[in-house]
Amino acid sequence: MSSAPPRPAPVAETDRVRLAPGVVLRHDRTRDQWVLLGPERVLVLDETALEAVRACAAPGPGADGASVGEGIDRLAAAFDAPRDAIAGDVLELLDDLRNRGFLTR
Amino acid sequence: MTREPEPPFAMLAELSHRCPLRCPYCSNPLALEPAAGELDTATWCRVFDEVAEAGALQVHLSGGEPCVRRDLEELVAHAARAGLYVNLITSAVTLDRARLERLRDAGLSHVQISFQGTEPAEADRIAGMPGAHARKLRAAREVVETGLALTVNAVIQRSTIERVDAFFDLALDLGAGRIEIANVQYYGWALANRAALMPTRDQLVRMDRRVKERLPSLKGRLVVDYVVPDYYAHRPKACMGGWGRRFLNVTPTGKVLPCHAAETIPGMVFETVFDRPLGAIWRDGAAFVRYRGTDWMPSPCRECDRKEADWGGCRCQALAITGDAGATDPVCDLSPLHHRMAEIAERDAAADPPLLYRDPTAKAPPAEAAPARAAHR
Ligand code: SF4
Ligand code: SF4
Repeated sequence: MSSAPPRPAPVAETDRVRLAPGVVLRHDRTRDQWVLLGPERVLVLDETALEAVRACAAPGPGADGASVGEGIDRLAAAFDAPRDAIAGDVLELLDDLRNRGFLTR
Repeated sequence: MTREPEPPFAMLAELSHRCPLRCPYCSNPLALEPAAGELDTATWCRVFDEVAEAGALQVHLSGGEPCVRRDLEELVAHAARAGLYVNLITSAVTLDRARLERLRDAGLSHVQISFQGTEPAEADRIAGMPGAHARKLRAAREVVETGLALTVNAVIQRSTIERVDAFFDLALDLGAGRIEIANVQYYGWALANRAALMPTRDQLVRMDRRVKERLPSLKGRLVVDYVVPDYYAHRPKACMGGWGRRFLNVTPTGKVLPCHAAETIPGMVFETVFDRPLGAIWRDGAAFVRYRGTDWMPSPCRECDRKEADWGGCRCQALAITGDAGATDPVCDLSPLHHRMAEIAERDAAADPPLLYRDPTAKAPPAEAAPARAAHR
């Protein structure tokens, strides 16, 4: 019998996520874009991804331990968007960033 | 006509070629640059400002051993103030808690520690320093306790390639966020030791399988940087992300190079940080323009649809294997000289010469080897 190696559970609304150690959010003034920087890595954030990271995983004070669900509430309010329409996309994005080591729980 | 290049992404700053270790796989040149010629604090700070101005986002402080610089804290602080993501690439044998705290407070973003093995005796044998492994373990734990992010650089060669699982376990145990499965690249001292370090094809296949089996369970826990080693590959890597496209190197005495082994290429002229600002050297310096883009390419690269994916591979490897830095990288199986890679790999994997330890007093490179750099990689 062979079983697949354990994979981490997907990011859920009750999780609290933050930037992984060694990852920083920075504005790249030369190229005028927002990026996540890690060792030898750069990830360019589009506007949606930037807002999601800021709302749900923002570094520093204000991150204050808010859950992913609370971040989604904030985004829905800030962009006057139906919560259901954005929740799935935000969770998928955060899960992807977590799997690639940019975020941690 | 010169087109305006993309801005650089990162700079490798080789702060010093000095190092307490003697690793035979070191990619520093055989003729190491002397301590007396090293750039001073003010010059490095100016260089950091210039490279940030040119658009770089990251600086890797490397060597040799960057911690031999007493002004390391000052350099980190200045680079961080210039807006750069600051990564320290170190052997860590001289790092202690107090210094790590000072470096963190100065704005260091990340620490990468090379491990020469997972068994103390074997690791110390490769490092050429008794007790080195134990010191690295202690320093790595202190990195994490200090709140800094840690990468384990797992040095993979013939005697450690079977232990790739143990390297993963070590990284998890230390609390590292990332591991680099660093198959030795044959430049500098490593080239001189190729016949002692080259793994066999079987070893490589087994390692490759183990890495791929481990990857799914490491998702979200450990970032894994892994590329199949050159000598057994079919297509080259985009060396340095393409010549003069992503990276630049500054040597301890201030030479500005497009890649870690560029000094091996005959006829290249390198500017120094005293000649022109870094941005200008990057834009149209002769060494950077030489192999940038696709105009310089010979057949079969010229007609190939991968030419803007791998940029023809590594110039220094082309030189080392074919004698011509402007040839298609022989790692590519479209190269007419591809068969040489396998011949060399098989010959060297079967040989068993003694290790030639890195020695700061060496002057004249042995016949086949030539100067190169970018330690720990
Ligand atoms: S590989 Fe790194 S630690 Fe080893 S001798 Fe070279 S610079 Fe020192
Ligand atoms: S022929 Fe040149 S461009 Fe094409 S894959 Fe080989 S090395 Fe790359």
